[in-house]
Amino acid sequence: MTEKKELTCIKCPRGCGILVELEQGSIVAISGNQCNNGKEYAKKEVTNPTRILTTTVKVLKGTEKVVAVKSKEEIPKEKLLPAMEQIRKAAVEAPVVLGETILEDLCDTGIPLVATASVARKRDC
Amino acid sequence: MLQYDLVIIGGGPAGLAAADSAREMGIQSILILERENKLGGILNQCIHTGFGLHTFREELTGPEYAARYIDKIREKEIEYKVSAMVIHITRDKQVTVMEKGVGLIHIQAKAIVLAMGCRERPRGALNIPGYRPAGIYSAGTAQYFVNIDGTLPGREIVILGSGDIGLIMARRLTLEGANVKCVAEIMPKSGGLKRNIVQCLEDFGIPLRLSHTVTYIHGKERVEGVTLSKVDEKLEPVPGTDEFISCDTLLLSVGLIPENELTKKLEVPMDEKTKGPVVTSEMETALPGVFACGNVVHVHDLVDHVSQEAKKAGESAARYILEEAI
Repeated sequence: MTEKKELTCIKCPRGCGILVELEQGSIVAISGNQCNNGKEYAKKEVTNPTRILTTTVKVLKGTEKVVAVKSKEEIPKEKLLPAMEQIRKAAVEAPVVLGETILEDLCDTGIPLVATASVARKRDC
Repeated sequence: MLQYDLVIIGGGPAGLAAADSAREMGIQSILILERENKLGGILNQCIHTGFGLHTFREELTGPEYAARYIDKIREKEIEYKVSAMVIHITRDKQVTVMEKGVGLIHIQAKAIVLAMGCRERPRGALNIPGYRPAGIYSAGTAQYFVNIDGTLPGREIVILGSGDIGLIMARRLTLEGANVKCVAEIMPKSGGLKRNIVQCLEDFGIPLRLSHTVTYIHGKERVEGVTLSKVDEKLEPVPGTDEFISCDTLLLSVGLIPENELTKKLEVPMDEKTKGPVVTSEMETALPGVFACGNVVHVHDLVDHVSQEAKKAGESAARYILEEAI
């Protein structure tokens, strides 16, 4: 029996509707995508959905209170909220430079959390 | 009085791209005026991804996208002032600026690029009955609280309007531990991008209540809840469909309006539909030498399109300055 899953691609603002057909859990057909990114997204989405996590981390001695961060790569969707727990406990001392690693490993994914903005150190700190 | 060939009002994505392209065309004397304390505009608080797919062929966060342009401005040594708010412009291109720590400055420009962006529609534009309790914010204000100030606007949230900022904030607040009860949309379909419905609402099981609107805000000191009602095809609430939803915060994501207070001082024709100045295909307003680009002209869905439009405005302004010099 063929199982059908309808997805909306999130890879770009176009948001293609994608139909994935599965037989006994394996993908037999992918349609509706307009590019290869959509195909890759669909494959992942029905097996192991992943997302980039973007949030902020508390900054100490900085000119800003928080710094924007992201997971350097996509992490499994079910790890988003546990990763937030881990990130909430973290703090980084200024200066922070865009691209700098803030946490080495988000929730045992092996994927680091990196800064997406820079924060200068406050004077007389 | 200070003299510059090109004065650019606004240091967000539009202003930065316009400055960059004008310099590429050989204009040396450029000044960007930004009222916030740093360049980048609204991108600084848009920490989510989805920017730059067209411009840089990769998916960047807002601050990363801004940094690419700010780096160009620094490399090219283009002058800018931050904490500098333009309070007046005249038809003969005199610009009055209030700069923090300096005071009033008068600048004579040969050409001007208007790049002031847009602002959010406020509660007052909606006429929702109720008192004026604390806890009602525009989605962008809440975004500032969370992403810049590091604080939460509330714990139990209802979002009215399913524009992209509302959807993005539904996810953002959920990640930060708030309970987003629903996103209500008066229209039968969301105004936001489909990808945002998926990754901001569906991923977290947040209900999207289409054809529903808030018809009463409860609470006197602080928001205590809202009445949600179904609407008919005429967008009128249907009697008997009222539903109380308790919450301490109501976010409004109900549209953006180009910010044209300065433009109006130039007395140039405005477009009723876009709420921005009428411009030519070269992004010139009806006043020769005054150009406009980005969300001040009309609200764009994608920053990449703002950058493209601003590049054209910067080039047109440069051509105007070079032709005037002959």
